[in-house]
Amino acid sequence: MNSISELEVIAKKIRGKIVEMSYKSRAAHLGSSLSCVDILVAAYWAALSIDPKNPYDPNRDRFILSKGHAASAIYTTLAFKGFFAEDILDSYASIGSCLEEHPGPKCVPGIEAATGSLGHGLSIGIGMGLSCRIQKQSYKVYVLLSDGECNEGSVWEAAMFASAHSLENIVSIVDFNKWQATGRSCEIMALQPLKKKWEAFGWSVYETDGHDIGSLANILTNIPDGSDKPVAVIAHTVKGKGISFMEDDNNWHYRIPTQEEVIMSKKELGLL
Amino acid sequence: MRNAFASEITSLAKKNDRIVILSGDIGNRLFDKFKEYFPDRFFNCGVAEANMTSMAAGMAMCGLLPVTYTITPFNTIRCLEQIKVDVCYHNLPVIIIGVGSGLSYAGLGGTHHSCEDIALLRVLPNIKIICPGDAVEVRLALRSAVKNNSPVYLRLGKKNEPVIHKEEPFFEIGKGITVIKGTQVCFLSTGNVLPIAVKTASLLKEQGISTQVISFHTIKPLDIELLTQIFKTFKVIATLEEHSCIGGIGGAIAEWFSDQPCRKNKLYRFGTSDNFIHRSGNQENARKMVGLTPENIFKKIIMEFN
Repeated sequence: MNSISELEVIAKKIRGKIVEMSYKSRAAHLGSSLSCVDILVAAYWAALSIDPKNPYDPNRDRFILSKGHAASAIYTTLAFKGFFAEDILDSYASIGSCLEEHPGPKCVPGIEAATGSLGHGLSIGIGMGLSCRIQKQSYKVYVLLSDGECNEGSVWEAAMFASAHSLENIVSIVDFNKWQATGRSCEIMALQPLKKKWEAFGWSVYETDGHDIGSLANILTNIPDGSDKPVAVIAHTVKGKGISFMEDDNNWHYRIPTQEEVIMSKKELGLL
Repeated sequence: MRNAFASEITSLAKKNDRIVILSGDIGNRLFDKFKEYFPDRFFNCGVAEANMTSMAAGMAMCGLLPVTYTITPFNTIRCLEQIKVDVCYHNLPVIIIGVGSGLSYAGLGGTHHSCEDIALLRVLPNIKIICPGDAVEVRLALRSAVKNNSPVYLRLGKKNEPVIHKEEPFFEIGKGITVIKGTQVCFLSTGNVLPIAVKTASLLKEQGISTQVISFHTIKPLDIELLTQIFKTFKVIATLEEHSCIGGIGGAIAEWFSDQPCRKNKLYRFGTSDNFIHRSGNQENARKMVGLTPENIFKKIIMEFN
């Protein structure tokens, strides 16, 4: 297993790549992609039992990016992890590419479900978690949601089902970057108290700094956690994390960086 | 139809351990046998159809064959986007069962009527839409559906509908079944109105008009071969359905018909009108209100021969 400092370097490389991809493809959602990079790194490099060379192993752990608009982040993660060739990333969102701005079904190995319409991923994941039990297997299912996504009623339908069935192999991670497309996620809807909501729905809840890879790795590797409940992780993050002039600025939900901004970003990440 | 469904799915599940039933808190006692045999393969998913549908997709991704079951409007248009994105976009073997379709539960009011589900599901790529004409067809359709490796919507009535088929006919998804042979008029009936088609044919026969009745159970994919043959043979053709005339079998066949080079047939479409029903009454009364009766259809068709 890699050390935490090695994982932090991987996270920086992923951030550099996704800034570059947004610039080249003129595709949006950069802030949302940057906020979840450390979660992806902790999941893929520390927690998930997966083999990029055998991506359809029936007993593999599953990861679903329910916040499908962070597609560039998961594509880069999967490519860096070896699921497919890194040069495919250069085609992201270009005409005819298999890498659309929201992941399509089986677009590349490692994408477990097509997402982009919010509020679907957790239910799909729970269907997988239930299958695991029916088929007497032992894998875990990790689902990454956005905070804005928790507006969707289906998230809470899923939350009630999972706890009713004590699906302790399900992990719901909320990338709590405090923004949704056009405003503060705690103002548009009464999202808070988010931890208490998940607890009230019968989940075992952890709250952590969503950029602390070590802390995330500790939580995500300890599944099931012994509570006999599904696990929710409230990961406090910063939208646009890693690039000073993008951090907590919601314009970067849609803004595309200029060439100069790409260079500045890479310098900040120590990649130039 | 729903009893035939429950009995058949239980039989099929004995031979196929991939079958899992997800119920939307409906079917009280209906699945007692299934639950007794397969306690680990039945889940009451509560009144949460969006979650149930996406869960079914997740289960199908893992190799299972989930069957979602609840009252038609709630299992179709309530969770339409889940059907589109999670089931159809991924092209997964999920069987969606709508029970109480059309005006089956007329007395329960407009919330429980379902006269638009075919129209809304028909536009989704990859899905097959089957509306069995009686309990025999329900069993046959289900047997075919579990062998089908892609999304299927099975549109059922309620219980105790007349059984039309005295013995099991040949059944294939996408192939209409000729119930009565005739020469002058052809009824293309889909779903639970098959008895109305049969009755109307007998009224026409009394007037010396020979009527063919086809149980056109599959709306998607359309049986183009049969349609081509029917439109060559018959001048007067009528579609029958307990569904809006907009977008159902009538709409589907009218679309196909408009693409044909030579259009000399008279095509009637019988179904429900573009209105909500606001008055109480059972299925029979509701059918009268919308003109979906043998007498009314007979009156319209006979005019072609006067």
